This record gives sequence, C-alpha cells and structure tokens, in this order.
Amino acid sequence: MSNLIKFKIDSKECMAEKGTFIVDAARENGIYIPTLCNMPGVKPKGSCRICTVRINGRLMTSCTTPVADGMEIESNVADLQNLRKSIVELMFVSGNHFCPSCEKSGNCELQALGYLYQMLVPRFPYDFPIRKIDATSPKIIKDQNRCIQCKRCIKTIKDEQGRSLFAFRNRGHRLEVVLDQELGHLMTEELADLAMKNCPVGSIIKKEIGFNTAIGNRKFDHHAIGSEITL
Amino acid sequence: MLKKITIEPVTRVEGHGKVTIHMDDKGNITQSRLHIVEFRGFERFVQGRPYWEAPVLVQRLCGICPVSHHLAAAKALDVIVGAGTGHGLTATGEKMRRLMHYGQFFQSHALHFFHLSSPDFLFGVDGDPAIRNIIGVALTYPDLAVQGVMMRKFGQEIIRATAGKKIHGTGAIPGGINKNLSIAERDEFLKGADPLNADKMVEWAEGALDFFKNYYAANKDFVDNFAHFPSNHLSLVRKDGALDLYHGVLRAVDTEGKKILHDIDYQEYADYIEEEVRSWSYMKFPYLKEYGKEKGWYRVGPLARLNTAEFIPTPLAQREFEIYKALTNGKPNNHCMHMHYARLIETLHAAEMIRELLNDPDLLGNDLVVKGTKQKEGVGLIEAPRGTLFHHYRINDDDQIVMANLIVSTTNNNEPMNRSVNFVAKAVMTGKEEITEGMMNSVEVAIRAYDPCLSCATHALGKMPLEITLVDQDNNIIDRKRSH
Repeated sequence: MSNLIKFKIDSKECMAEKGTFIVDAARENGIYIPTLCNMPGVKPKGSCRICTVRINGRLMTSCTTPVADGMEIESNVADLQNLRKSIVELMFVSGNHFCPSCEKSGNCELQALGYLYQMLVPRFPYDFPIRKIDATSPKIIKDQNRCIQCKRCIKTIKDEQGRSLFAFRNRGHRLEVVLDQELGHLMTEELADLAMKNCPVGSIIKKEIGFNTAIGNRKFDHHAIGSEITL
Repeated sequence: MLKKITIEPVTRVEGHGKVTIHMDDKGNITQSRLHIVEFRGFERFVQGRPYWEAPVLVQRLCGICPVSHHLAAAKALDVIVGAGTGHGLTATGEKMRRLMHYGQFFQSHALHFFHLSSPDFLFGVDGDPAIRNIIGVALTYPDLAVQGVMMRKFGQEIIRATAGKKIHGTGAIPGGINKNLSIAERDEFLKGADPLNADKMVEWAEGALDFFKNYYAANKDFVDNFAHFPSNHLSLVRKDGALDLYHGVLRAVDTEGKKILHDIDYQEYADYIEEEVRSWSYMKFPYLKEYGKEKGWYRVGPLARLNTAEFIPTPLAQREFEIYKALTNGKPNNHCMHMHYARLIETLHAAEMIRELLNDPDLLGNDLVVKGTKQKEGVGLIEAPRGTLFHHYRINDDDQIVMANLIVSTTNNNEPMNRSVNFVAKAVMTGKEEITEGMMNSVEVAIRAYDPCLSCATHALGKMPLEITLVDQDNNIIDRKRSH
C-alpha cells in the first residue's frame, strides 16, 4: 500500500512518502529550501534555522518537521526569505568571513546563500571576534574565524571505532568546534577529504591543496545554490 | 618668510600621496618631499595564515597589478614547497604564469600610457585641467582612447584565461598553476576578430611607440631635460643579460653602466638590500647596503630595466631598444621622461611575448604542479610593471606564515621620486609667489613618470588625489590648492 500523501508548498500541489521531512519532500518535488546544518544521512537538529518555513502561521524548521497529509507550507515568500537573509547576515557578522582570500570561495554554501539572497552588506554590526586557527594536525587546518558551528563535522567525521574527531568546547558565546588533538594527528587522508567536503564553509581546509580548483570549475561558479533542485 | 607648499592629493597615479615643498624668504626651495600617507599592514595580518593563501590574500593590496603580487608570492612559495625557482616548474606551469604576467604588463602599461599620461602629452603639462584627462582624450582623440581601452581589455582577457578572473584570480598556486589554456581560448587570442587578437595588439603597441617618438621629436628639450638626474638602476635580468620580466638574477648598474650588483641569486637579496624608515612617510627607502643610504639608492621600472638589460629577446622590441639605446650612446638613460619611452618598448615586447607564448603547445599541457622537499623560507622576485617586486615569507612547522616582507616596486622608487619632485619644484617654483595649476601638474608629471602605485607601496587601498599647501615658517597656511 502506498504511503504517499498530498501537501502544498507555496500553493503548489506536492506528494511525498509519509514521514518525510519537509526539506526532503520539497526537494523531491523540485522545490529548494535552503539548509546549512542539515545534510543527507545525518539526523537533523534544526540548529541553523535557515530552513525555516511557516505552517498554519507557525514558524517551523523544515529539516525536523515531517510532512503531513493536507499540510499547507509557506516557504518562498518575502518575509521568510528576508528572515533567511538575516540568518546569513548574522553568520557573516558573528565570524570573520573574508571570502576574497578563502580557498572555499566558490564552493562555500554560506557564500552561495549570501549571493542567493543578494546580500550586499550585512544589516548588523560586525563582531570582529578574535578567533584562533588550529594548524597542529598534519592533515587539516581548523579555522575558527569561519566556523558556523553547524556540527556537520562532529556528526560525520568519525574514526573506525566510531569516535568523533570534532567536538564542542565551552558554552554560550565562547562555544567552539574543536579538533581532538590526539585523533587529529592520526587523521587519515580520506577523513581529511571528507571533513573538508562536509564543512559548508572554509573552517576545515585540507593542508597544501589550496586553490587547486580553477575559477570556473568550482561548485557555485555557474549555478546558484539550490538550482540543481529547481531545474 | 619660510613657505611650505603642499600638493595633496597627487592625481592620476594609483594610491594617495601628498607633496610638501618648503621655500625660504627669497623664494628658494629648501626641501621637497613626496609623502605617502596610507597605511595597511599586509605584512602583519598575513601572519598566522596558511602559506598557500598568500598569493590570493596579498594580491588584494592592489587592483591594478594584483597579478604581480600573485606571482611574486607564488614564486616565493615555489621555493617553500620544494619546486625551486625558474625552470623548477613544469613547462605548462611556468609558461601559463608567464602568459599571465605579460598580459598584466600589457594592460598595466596601456593603462598608464593612455589613461594616465597621454593627457599631459596631448594637451600639454599646463593645459586646461578640465580636458587634461582621459575624458578629454576620449572626446578629442577618440581613436586613441579606444585603442587604450581595447589594449587593456586584451591584457585583462589574457589574465582571465590564465588566472580565472581579470582582477584577483587564483591561477598561480605553490609549485605551479591550477589550469592550462584551452584550445578555444588560445584560438580566440590568436585569431579573434579585430581588434582583440595578438597581431593587432602588436600593431597597436608599435603605433603607441610611434606616437611617443613623434611627441619626443617635437618636444625634445622637455623630454630630455625634465627631471633628468643620474642614479643607479636595478632589475632582474635573464642569466644571459636579456630583458626578462618574470624571472632572472638581480643586477644593478651605476649611472655609467658599471655593474654594482653582480647578477645575484635573489634568494639572498637581504644580504644586499636594506630598507630605511623615515618618520614623514609610510613608504620605506631601500638602498644597496654596500653603497649606503646616500649612494646606494636606485631606480626600478622600465627605465632601469632597459639600463640593466643587454638586449630584448623579441625582434620588434629589440629593434626599438637599439634606437633607444643609441640616444645615450649605449650608456644608462637617466632622463625621467624617457620612462614613458621605455615603458612603450616594454609594451611592444609584452605583446610579442604574448603572441609567441600563444603559439607554444606547452600551454595546453596537463602537467601543472611540481613539489619537492619542503623549505621553511622562500623569496619570490618578479619585474612588476612598475619595477622589481620582492616577496619574502617564512613558515612554521604547522604551515603558517610567521614572517612576511614585501618590498614593492614603488617603494624601490621612493628616493628617486623624491629627487624628481625636488628637481621639478626647484625648476618651476623657485622665486614664485603664486602657485599655478601648471606648476602643480609639473610636479605630478614627474611623479607620474614612475607610474607609482602608492597603495601597493604602503600595501594600502585608496584614491589618489594631490594637494599643495603653502605655509609660512610658523606653519600658517598661506595658500592651498587641491586637485581632484
């Protein structure tokens, strides 16, 4: 028996398996809802809030909310787009994101969202926090200036024994994602590649390969983020 | 009564500077200075960054010649990643970088001649400032203006094809390059519709040179005698003495042509060159250690390069080089305004080199990067359009930059630019009560001949206006003129 249910996103009739999270269901129906902390295969937490939609007047994170039969979802509407833009701006001002010299430029999801929402300059004052770079691992550099604390590395970068190489340290405004010093030194080439790939920004960069992808061949050089879903 | 004249800001140069000129009560010039009033500090904030970021990060100190900084930093990092210098890279790696560099030379020299300097030649040093600018050139000499714009465009397109972007690309990486040239790109540059092809660019470069030579013939006294003074000259030259803008050994000659720096390996530049700090400028004053501050200063740039080089390895530029050298009987040329002449010979050379490189199949290769045993320190030198550019980096065990030293082309020309200002100020302002706009522009013409990039020199960003102030001995402002 089919578990397909019907629902609407911005008045468009959609169908998906019952229990599918809205963000995934939208993707299956050719609708892009932006994400940053969310990634396929990882249990969603809804921490970055960029995927916020409105259901029956309530704001909900679409990565943690399953679709329901007859649900009417608002996503691509002006006030929500402005809210998402604000979230992107807040991420920019709360770190030190200098795209011109960042090797993730062109492959960075945060930068791509900045372009998507036509962020010319943030509407909030810059924090210019003093943050450090951990370059002690032989394989990667963890640049705290660019970290948006999405936890993707914590959830996905684990050794053969299932130990996470990254972890949260401190609390509140001092919270940071750090690399375990011991495991960091034992990091394999494959894990280093994966860590850089899974980081949505330029906070985890693999050593000594910087800028080896020419401009024109980077992920977002020719197509906006999400355009592969809406095409 | 002592007077002080200040020209701030200086116009039609890149960056922000001012000139102060002191006069005694008899109208004699007692002191003249070019002050560079910007500050940025790239050498400091690159510290802590991973070394491979340097070519992309440091080039941001300039929007006119970022390719020069990009390549100088990459050359320093070639040493750090164990690729060595010069032919240490793969043929594709080195030739793609050279193509990028000659594209940069071509566009930068075209910018300087057509956009910044041609108004002085076309309308006169004391011409009406309302039309003595690139807009005036475009209105009065539209064909010439179009040539200038299209020559820049061609050079910028070469940069885009090699670096990925026209301004602030990422092509050069430690040990090589991140892309080759596609057949389509090559064919477009070689066979593209007029005027955007290599043959037309060579033809127009010859035309620009003819334009200057005609101007010179009609204004010989001015071109020969304006701010003419002896100096040492420094640049890279190829090991066999040829002009080489990308790589070579470091050579300096004195005003008579005697070698005073004997083709040294630039990794050892710090043994031979010292920088002096003076309190009134953010731009340092380099000099050859062996000869001291008074006698060791030197000029860099087109004039210097054609004084240190023995020949130019492309036929059309070599022919012009021989005519040019005959003007001074083969001796070093110390005529300030001949810098324009030398710059246009280099423009022709760059166009010829671009055409030659485009016909080289190595540009289409796929072997892009070389690495060897990692080093902790590296120096990269290149001949930027404005002169010799030094980048020096040291890294720690974690691949972070711990020391950076940049000696930028314009910095190398600091002392000679100051001397030029003094020379012209004495010539045109001595005994004068009132400062005319023409006098101010004469001082700027002397500075402009060096094509200075004051943003680069202080590693700073800004506009480039000039103001002159006249003050008495108690520092009361008597007169102030500002050009915008």
